[in-house]
Amino acid sequence: MSDMVYYVLCGFLVLGVLCGIALMSKVKYSVKGNLLSSICVTLAILVTLYKYNLLSDFALWICIIAGLVVGLWGAYKVKMINMPQTVAILNGFGGAASAIVASISLLESQTIGVFSYITGGLALSVGVVTLIGSLVAAGKLQGLLPQKPVVWKKHSFILSMSLLITVISVLAIAFTGADRTILFGMVFFCLVTSGFFGVAFTVRVGGADMPITISLLNSLSGVAGAVAGMVISDPLLIAVGGVVGASGLLLTQVMCKAMNRPLSDILLGKSTVNSQNISHGYSGNAVKNESVQKPQESIKPEKGIHKTDPAMILSTAKKVIIVPGYGMALAQAQEQVKQLTDKLEDKGAEVLFAVHPVAGRMPGHMNVLLCEVDIPYDRLCEMDDINPQIAECDVVLVIGANDVVNPAANTAVGTPIYGMPVLEVDKARHIIICNYDLKPGYAGVENPLYYRKEGVTLLLGDAKDTIKKLISQV
Amino acid sequence: MSPVIMIVIFGISTLVGYKLINNVPSLLHTPLMSGMNALSGITILGALSATGAAVHTGNRLFGFFAIFLAMLNVSGGFGVTHRMLGMFRQKEVPK
Repeated sequence: MSDMVYYVLCGFLVLGVLCGIALMSKVKYSVKGNLLSSICVTLAILVTLYKYNLLSDFALWICIIAGLVVGLWGAYKVKMINMPQTVAILNGFGGAASAIVASISLLESQTIGVFSYITGGLALSVGVVTLIGSLVAAGKLQGLLPQKPVVWKKHSFILSMSLLITVISVLAIAFTGADRTILFGMVFFCLVTSGFFGVAFTVRVGGADMPITISLLNSLSGVAGAVAGMVISDPLLIAVGGVVGASGLLLTQVMCKAMNRPLSDILLGKSTVNSQNISHGYSGNAVKNESVQKPQESIKPEKGIHKTDPAMILSTAKKVIIVPGYGMALAQAQEQVKQLTDKLEDKGAEVLFAVHPVAGRMPGHMNVLLCEVDIPYDRLCEMDDINPQIAECDVVLVIGANDVVNPAANTAVGTPIYGMPVLEVDKARHIIICNYDLKPGYAGVENPLYYRKEGVTLLLGDAKDTIKKLISQV
Repeated sequence: MSPVIMIVIFGISTLVGYKLINNVPSLLHTPLMSGMNALSGITILGALSATGAAVHTGNRLFGFFAIFLAMLNVSGGFGVTHRMLGMFRQKEVPK
């Protein structure tokens, strides 16, 4: 196949992928968009095999089919709540593949130019950072590693130094020249320093900051692919890698904006330092831990409880807004929430869901969890659309969410959440809060809603049980 | 292919991608991300050509591993995306 033909084909395939992404902007067409993208990638694989006369290379086919089978099997098996770590792991694999491509290209050919050496080193380095970073992130999300930010002594210094050494090692590869032994050593050195940097930058990111880290790693895996494409002069790889890099960057921005925190703070683990000594109400262990003092007794029974029976309010409400948080997902209460929604709708109420951009452990996670239990997606509202409606609804039901509804974000100067856009549930006529306990959320800031005398009903305990109780009473 | 052209391609695709992705509603951000994730497995093209051209056995074995990982990334990514997008329904499906 001549180069010209290949470039034209590449152009068409990139166009196909871009159309696929464009289709993702409407829910209706999104499935087709995804199919289109996957067909383009399949065609790209076949074109590449044909171009390099590899169609008859049996071993390659075995690897492809093995990857295909394992990938599809995993995709079919994985639970929706585990989606963040799944995406992280897959990301890491992509990064690893890019790193391997770069190192093969570096070690195989003797006569590549300086540009290829530099891009090779860069692809290797970014790929390894993606791999190691993703593994640490996935480990944290899965609970295999501590979710709290791990801060070493002089962490910032170590981080900057390891970044510097990594950059030097990339440059060193470029100027090593063709001596295979030295080159091999340099590649290995680069691999180790990049890996160390990957660990150093992810260990101190805490659980609730994961959406940002995952977005960033997603971006890095794209960049690694694009740079690997530069090493082997493949325009398709460069273009698609660039698109993925842009998407990750965009999502990172969206997340940072939703948390009102500069990216640097999150990477440096700054704002989470405040909350280090506070046990996180959201961490998986705390929810399961029976020894935690049952908070119901510790609170003075609210006077309000008698006159404002939550079930009564819900039964008579015409418009209900539900605010789901990660606590709902941890308690696996989605199915109950759906049942409650159905029951309320049968009584003629309008039920909407207010989804904060950072609810869950990755961008848009909460939407997927709710759609999984058959809640129609047109009931899921974005923050800016739902905030003006909160004042006119009869009742807001907060389930396992804390920081994203905390009005202190508007007033508590100096706290990590200050300035973060929140769902303005305090404007509602009545709020029912179904949280596990009264501990501050991940950000470690007390929620004044808990202590408000009027219009707030607290239903503490496991969200699944609480909602079940509500269903039976409504 | 000259480095300048490659960098230009990278720049343009980044900008176009950024524009297009900006239109995706936050409702679909998780499937978007897993879809993008699958696309980052496009590096399998590099893995295929590099492995096909590799002479040293060690490099070839490494390459096989890269193909496996990249394909896992592609199929797993598109698979979960398809599954998730299938869950986004407008009206309830009667059970």
